[in-house]
Amino acid sequence: MSTFKPTGTQKFDPKVKYMTPQTMEPMKKKYCRFKKSGIKYIDYKDEKFLMRFVNEQGKVLPRRLTGTSLKYQRKVATAVKRARHLALLPYVADLLKTK
Amino acid sequence: MVKNYETVFILTPVLTEEQMKDAVKKFSNYITEHGGEIIHEDLWGLKRMAYPIQKKVNGFYTHFEFKSPSDLIAKLEVEFKRDERILRFLTVSLDKHALDYNERKRNGLIGKKKEERLAAEALSTAPVVDETEEIN
Repeated sequence: MSTFKPTGTQKFDPKVKYMTPQTMEPMKKKYCRFKKSGIKYIDYKDEKFLMRFVNEQGKVLPRRLTGTSLKYQRKVATAVKRARHLALLPYVADLLKTK
Repeated sequence: MVKNYETVFILTPVLTEEQMKDAVKKFSNYITEHGGEIIHEDLWGLKRMAYPIQKKVNGFYTHFEFKSPSDLIAKLEVEFKRDERILRFLTVSLDKHALDYNERKRNGLIGKKKEERLAAEALSTAPVVDETEEIN
């Protein structure tokens, strides 16, 4: 049996059955978009931008999905909360993004 | 202590154009009369709200950026609460990043790609050359 290589260049052997697919894309490293592009202030008045950080129900997406650093996640959260107060974003919603 | 603030408030949509302007003017006057200074005034116009407030679906949004002594804010918010035309209001103090952001937004530098932004920046800093004279 050949050794496992994640690069996917080796020939596929039909006799060997693998539980997981043989070729695995290496995980893309997440990054903080605010740190990368040098954004220092998150505007609560810009609801289109804040839409990227909420899910279909209007909840704030966790850091493990967006990759935002802790410092900016806090700012995102306050911005979303302010936007909700001003009825720019909903407190409760369903199918927010498919509309 | 004089600080920078910004406030957004929502007026009821049942007002006429004139009443709307009156209400906005009332609050801008209130700020200036009590030792504040309006830096920027922005009327967003009638906007659909994300959820109904006082059974109203639309609201007239207004945004003020101003400098004022910090004791004015409490008085201003009392005025907001007393006024029946106001559906919602939010006042926040601005830090240096927010000030910088607002400044750039006013100059139309927000929401553009990097090249466009650099071009716009160069345009705003470069001396203005009157091209119409050359054509004549």
